[in-house]
Amino acid sequence: MIELTLQKKLSGGPGAMVLDVSLSVAEKSFVAIAGRSGSGKTTLLRILAGLEKAGGTIQVADRIWQDEETTLPPQQREIGFVFQDYALFDNMTVLKNLLFVRKERELADYLLELTGLSTLANRYPATLSGGQRQRVALCRALMGRPRILLMDEPLSALDPEMRQKLQHDILRLHKEFGTTTFMVSHDPSEIYRLADRVITLEEGRILSDGTPMEILLKVHGSQKFSVSGEILEITRADVIHIAIIAIGQQIVEVVLDEEESRLFKAGDIVRVNTKAFAPTITLAEERNSI
Amino acid sequence: MPETALDLTPFLLSFKLAGITTLILFLIALPVAWWLSQTKTRIKPVVEAIVSLPIVLPPSVLGFYLLFALSQNSPVGSFLETHFGIKLVFSFTGLVVASCLYSFPFMVQPLQSGFEGLNPRMLEASYLAGKSKLRTMLNVALPNIKPALLSGLIITFAHTVGEFGVVLMVGGSIPGETRVASVAIYEMVENMDYGSAHLYSAVMLLASFSVLLVVYLFNRRHKRHLGWRDD
Repeated sequence: MIELTLQKKLSGGPGAMVLDVSLSVAEKSFVAIAGRSGSGKTTLLRILAGLEKAGGTIQVADRIWQDEETTLPPQQREIGFVFQDYALFDNMTVLKNLLFVRKERELADYLLELTGLSTLANRYPATLSGGQRQRVALCRALMGRPRILLMDEPLSALDPEMRQKLQHDILRLHKEFGTTTFMVSHDPSEIYRLADRVITLEEGRILSDGTPMEILLKVHGSQKFSVSGEILEITRADVIHIAIIAIGQQIVEVVLDEEESRLFKAGDIVRVNTKAFAPTITLAEERNSI
Repeated sequence: MPETALDLTPFLLSFKLAGITTLILFLIALPVAWWLSQTKTRIKPVVEAIVSLPIVLPPSVLGFYLLFALSQNSPVGSFLETHFGIKLVFSFTGLVVASCLYSFPFMVQPLQSGFEGLNPRMLEASYLAGKSKLRTMLNVALPNIKPALLSGLIITFAHTVGEFGVVLMVGGSIPGETRVASVAIYEMVENMDYGSAHLYSAVMLLASFSVLLVVYLFNRRHKRHLGWRDD
């Protein structure tokens, strides 16, 4: 088990707030941390890594990482960290980035092979694409065979296709190395694919904590279908009103009556629900084999 | 009419002084610059102000204080002379001490801004990989600030070669000991030996330009090597 109780005053953002989190996480689980920016997600990871100071305790299995008397430095915390901006060592080749962590050539070769980077082993980070760099960062984080893998929005700078590839790599490595993994993410589909637990933070406190199914699937009662979207515009057509709503990358129309049209305005974030019809699905494009 | 034959001793003395100063300053300035770039202490501005003083102070002021502090009549000067037999005023060793003080900010500042420009998460990645601060500085930080490092080395070297006021005050003009190129040229002009002054000045001009050109050429190539676009 990983047990942590942490408090830290945070400044920045709108006014001061207090990060106040108590968590108990089973080893080898995959925890996604979600929440608005400024809610304390990154700080939580950094405190776990020992990169920032905070009050409270952290216990990993039978080892105390932090309490009133001791605070282990990052060097002694068996942690792999994947940063959003990769943070590779620019002066070293891909292979040397890995070997700098631990001189274990076989493990480095294995990781590069697994993530399809073998041919890039002697390249410098500046000559790689974002997706390639993040895969190197992932391999580097695992070179120390960490007990805990921390990832701070690792895929947010990548295009959707590259994201999917890397999600696959992340899940595979998480299982193979038996790490307890914490990942900050905003992407529901990513969280659903990877995590077995989701924690949502708001203003430094835990807002919700459960399985991705419980937290992400927001259908209530007899609703069959519920998605959230943003009203772009409400237009009038004869006696009815039509709301143009953006749902992800899609634009849809929903008919409103007179009263509803007064209730909502452009810019509102709304839920689009239906229970009268059961939605059906069809293939939109050829399957690709990821 | 004095002869305008080129005596290389003042140049060699200048370069010897600059070389030794640069080497010593690199070793002293590296930990100072690293500390300044990483520290969050409140006294950082005070330390930075002290480090930068020689840029603002007239060389004559610095030279005067040094002359005062290092002379046999001062505690420091007499201590060094009686215990170690080191005479700092009007000697080459004294010039090295004076140059190190005078050129200190020119080594610290490029290194510090180089370190401050590094992605802090790159250094954190090294700590998380179990590496100490010293190892991180030597293996991760320093190799990633090569242009700043080179700037620091060259500017310190060049600044020491170009030094005049402090050198004259602390060292005087003893041929082969403290008579560096800039002092030699000053004396030639004073003696109205313009022919020699022209020759010596031209050599200094050419040497300085070549050194700076090499720095800028290297910096451009280094950026290309790291894959940065050259625009």
